[in-house]
Amino acid sequence: MKICVTAKGSDLDASVDPHFGRCNNFLVVDSETMEFQSIGNDQGSASGGAGVQAAQQVIGKGINVLITGSVGPNAFSLLESENIEMKMVSGGSVQEAIEAYRSGSLESINTPNSAGKSGK
Amino acid sequence: MKIAIASGKGGTGKTTVAVNFALAIGDAQLFDCDVEEPNCNLFLGLDLEKQEDVSIAVPEINTEKCSLCGSCVEFCHYNAIAKLPRSVMIFPKLCHGCGGCHIVCPENAISEIKRPIGMIEKGVDPGSGISFFQGTLGIGEPMATPVIRRLQAHMDENKVAVVDSPPGTACPVIATVGEMDYCVLVTEPTPFGLNDLILAVNVVRQLEVPLGVIINRHGSGDDSVEEYCYSENIPILMKIPYDREIAVLYSEGIPFVQRMPQWKEKFRSLYEKICFISSENTSQYSCSGVRNQW
Repeated sequence: MKICVTAKGSDLDASVDPHFGRCNNFLVVDSETMEFQSIGNDQGSASGGAGVQAAQQVIGKGINVLITGSVGPNAFSLLESENIEMKMVSGGSVQEAIEAYRSGSLESINTPNSAGKSGK
Repeated sequence: MKIAIASGKGGTGKTTVAVNFALAIGDAQLFDCDVEEPNCNLFLGLDLEKQEDVSIAVPEINTEKCSLCGSCVEFCHYNAIAKLPRSVMIFPKLCHGCGGCHIVCPENAISEIKRPIGMIEKGVDPGSGISFFQGTLGIGEPMATPVIRRLQAHMDENKVAVVDSPPGTACPVIATVGEMDYCVLVTEPTPFGLNDLILAVNVVRQLEVPLGVIINRHGSGDDSVEEYCYSENIPILMKIPYDREIAVLYSEGIPFVQRMPQWKEKFRSLYEKICFISSENTSQYSCSGVRNQW
């Protein structure tokens, strides 16, 4: 299973970045082998639609689960349409987030939980 | 002659100045370009009649023709189109209506549909003879500039247009002030007022629109705004005192020129002053219909 965790750094010890659209890095982790790939968020400072770009980027990596702090309405509709499971985490490292996911202690994100910025 | 009444900071008195100024000139057009929260009519109380809806063109994708090539997604600077493995999704609120996706689509799969985002209303004040135009952005709509542009299309070149600008220094202000012949910046004599005035001056100068300052609630703060204006060679066009009578009239929604005739005269000389400055700058504006005291 491929899990994407939004992160401030580029390895499993990095802190989780709570903002999906505007995080620094996406860490795509294979939950069986714990092999991972760090992908820079090239649209993190876009004036609008950062969440739309971020969602396309991680969907393109074929992920099954997204672990982050908050997801805006546009990104949410993209991720939901691809049946990606969204889980909420408030802090800690990427490694800890994945362990928490495995133990089933992460809450699901069932509706957009960030107002996002719908573009100006 | 098109005159914007702007400010950096909100709540400095743009609307107060714009309404009183237009009423004093008479036979002018007054535009409320603060389309996110138009409020001039609180002081005019006119019955407004809808003139038009404002729409922007947003893409609609014919899924049978779409080959998922992603050209539109790549083109869209505002990330309003997203490509998924088996579909394309559109985010109308991110769309600026440029029409580029429609042009770059090699399959001719994109058509444009109109999405209403606001409206334009008009009223006439029989007392003063001013025509009033108001733009209103729909609730939840993020983009004010298309409504402002449609509003400006109602400007009559043969009349004086007084334009109440939105606050701040962002897109709606640029769209409002950029088209003007002159910009009046209303400020208050406080450190906060000065800070935002400087931001606004920098924006208006980049737009190459001549500008002057009105200090509202004069006497309530300090001299820093005046010192700044002198050092930057910015004309101080008028000082409106921190005055109880003006404040009471404001709180009752009454434009103070209607009760304090001396201010009608002051606003008329303000207009002459602006015409004079503009004619010095460009030698192409003349003030018709107002007795020249300069």
